[in-house]
Amino acid sequence: MGQTLFDKIWDAHVVSSNEGFPDILYIDTHFIHEVTSPQAFDGLRTRGLPVFRPKQTVATADHNVPTIDQHLPIKEELSRYQVDMLTKNCAEFGIELYGLGHPFQGIVHVIGPELGITRPGGTYVCGDSHTSTHGAFGAIAFGIGTSQVEQVMATQCLLQSRPKRMKIEVNGKLHNGVGAKDIILYIIAKISAAGGTGYAVEYAGDTIRALSMEGRMTICNMSIEMGARCGLIAPDETTIEYVKGREFAPKGEEWDKAVAYWKTLYSDADAAFDEVLSFNAQDIEPMITYGTNPGMGIGITQHVPETASFEAKEQGSYKKALDYMGLHDDELLLGKPIDYVFIGSCTNSRIEDLRQVAEFVKGKHKAENVVAWVVPGSKQVQEQAIREGLDKILGEAGFPLREPGCSACLGMNEDKIPAGKYCVSTSNRNFEGRQGPNSRTFLASPLTAAASAITGKVTDIRTFLKEKELVS
Amino acid sequence: MATKIFKHIQTSVVPLPIENIDTDQIIPARFLKATTRDGFGNNLFRDWRFDENDNAKQDFVLNNPNYSGKILVAGKNFGCGSSREHAAWAIADYGFDAVVSSFFADIFKGNALNNGLLPVQVSDDFLKKIFDAVYADEHAVVEIDLVDQFIKIVATGEQETFEVNPYKKACMTNGYDDIDYILSKKELIQEFEDHK
Repeated sequence: MGQTLFDKIWDAHVVSSNEGFPDILYIDTHFIHEVTSPQAFDGLRTRGLPVFRPKQTVATADHNVPTIDQHLPIKEELSRYQVDMLTKNCAEFGIELYGLGHPFQGIVHVIGPELGITRPGGTYVCGDSHTSTHGAFGAIAFGIGTSQVEQVMATQCLLQSRPKRMKIEVNGKLHNGVGAKDIILYIIAKISAAGGTGYAVEYAGDTIRALSMEGRMTICNMSIEMGARCGLIAPDETTIEYVKGREFAPKGEEWDKAVAYWKTLYSDADAAFDEVLSFNAQDIEPMITYGTNPGMGIGITQHVPETASFEAKEQGSYKKALDYMGLHDDELLLGKPIDYVFIGSCTNSRIEDLRQVAEFVKGKHKAENVVAWVVPGSKQVQEQAIREGLDKILGEAGFPLREPGCSACLGMNEDKIPAGKYCVSTSNRNFEGRQGPNSRTFLASPLTAAASAITGKVTDIRTFLKEKELVS
Repeated sequence: MATKIFKHIQTSVVPLPIENIDTDQIIPARFLKATTRDGFGNNLFRDWRFDENDNAKQDFVLNNPNYSGKILVAGKNFGCGSSREHAAWAIADYGFDAVVSSFFADIFKGNALNNGLLPVQVSDDFLKKIFDAVYADEHAVVEIDLVDQFIKIVATGEQETFEVNPYKKACMTNGYDDIDYILSKKELIQEFEDHK
């Protein structure tokens, strides 16, 4: 019996496996940020322990940072304190910090891949559920709680039970205007926000293969939104080309050795999965969410489901979600006026996302009623966008390019969506209050968000694509 | 380091029959700026519990004096979303010792177990029975026994067994700690690194 990709990587990292105990899994790189690490550092101090492998720990400040005037001190006191605390802790424990002002600073799940730290076959954890992003390289990567952050700091290992394995195949050619974000929103809408719980999900099929690394990261990023432990995609030439030459990627002989190993990382033809699901890319239209969890998504031309279509015990929760969103049964979102557009987050803030949005909005202008924010995922993405002149194109269209951070994805900084306002957002969660107290989020792709900003209402990107082919 | 010990509780319950309760509801992101583990209970379910002027919302169960107890009973897929352990800290800090649901999100479940807060997964039917019992009598008492792994509605005697990872059970019933366990295997970690 062959092995799955997941099992090959897992087995290569088991330090100790004992009946009745979770495995002790070796972690190649531990990413940390300012929000979920301070209590873990305190724990180490209480125990009198050092960080066991500080050189395998990488820190950045992303959740609390402002996205304008980053050169000035952070205004909000608690945010500033938390970021300062990270700086102090990293200095005390000997950890490299890509803090504010550092050329490598950015959202933790954007910088790991772009610096060549995230590589095929590795194990990566972070006190952040979107760590699943790194699985796009054919790696095991998942979010952990702060007690586990302390555990990894203290031992470079994690106690972890092996999850079940699921394969999700997507085959066929995508329609114009449909991209990676639509694929993952479609899958989550099909299997629900709990449909992947207990599983490591491998994405496969020719549609997935045809995606860029940026697109693959978008897919793996949202694995957690269906409850999955992690998501991963077997490495191929696209992966190898992406990693090659990056800051911390292996070089010379080490590179050749690494590539030879990476080429062994795939699920064997006879590998057994606990569950296999298949989807047809032709069935996917641009997606949008209407509710308060990412599983509540529909094709953009579809109507909001009727309460009566749910089981009796689910109707209360469903009605609560629609009330919160200010929507009603059978409503069509298409054409609904919106207030904000947020292009950013660890889901969609990479250079490809910015290029795509800039290409689309060039020569157009956002609607009067909309505030549009474009927040790059990292300092490097920001610099590259400026080098390519994207900041000018975006700025002229009324989409000012801000500075990197998590921003309005969760509103820990000043970038909050006001109460009652609608935001078409390229982020990953539409939970109540996620983007600010009583804010209302429609999750969608960068193209759908950009098109909606231009018209001022929820828009089907395909109506713009008649004269020009724009494949996302 | 020793952690909180959990073996058995018998108490009234607080019903929250909502599905997919995410960790942003349990503790909103703006309260994650603290750098210690203390005090999160004050902001548990903040935006469901208080309005924008910090007045208690009377229709929310935590503000209803008729309901109290050490067990929170909630709809399926409890704790989905962010990995923030602050969610488990907030629930425990508020005074709950256990959360009962018909389905838990993975990371939340792990975080709860690491904080002496027991997640008890029951069948959809049994969850409904608990809700029925507490809506029939707000003082309905539920018993949870971790040692023998059962949950019981005391008034009716109806009970169900529940699953728990044997290692985590040993940790919770004895106050053991994951880090102490891994540190006891430190020579294996170094051996692993030498052969990498």
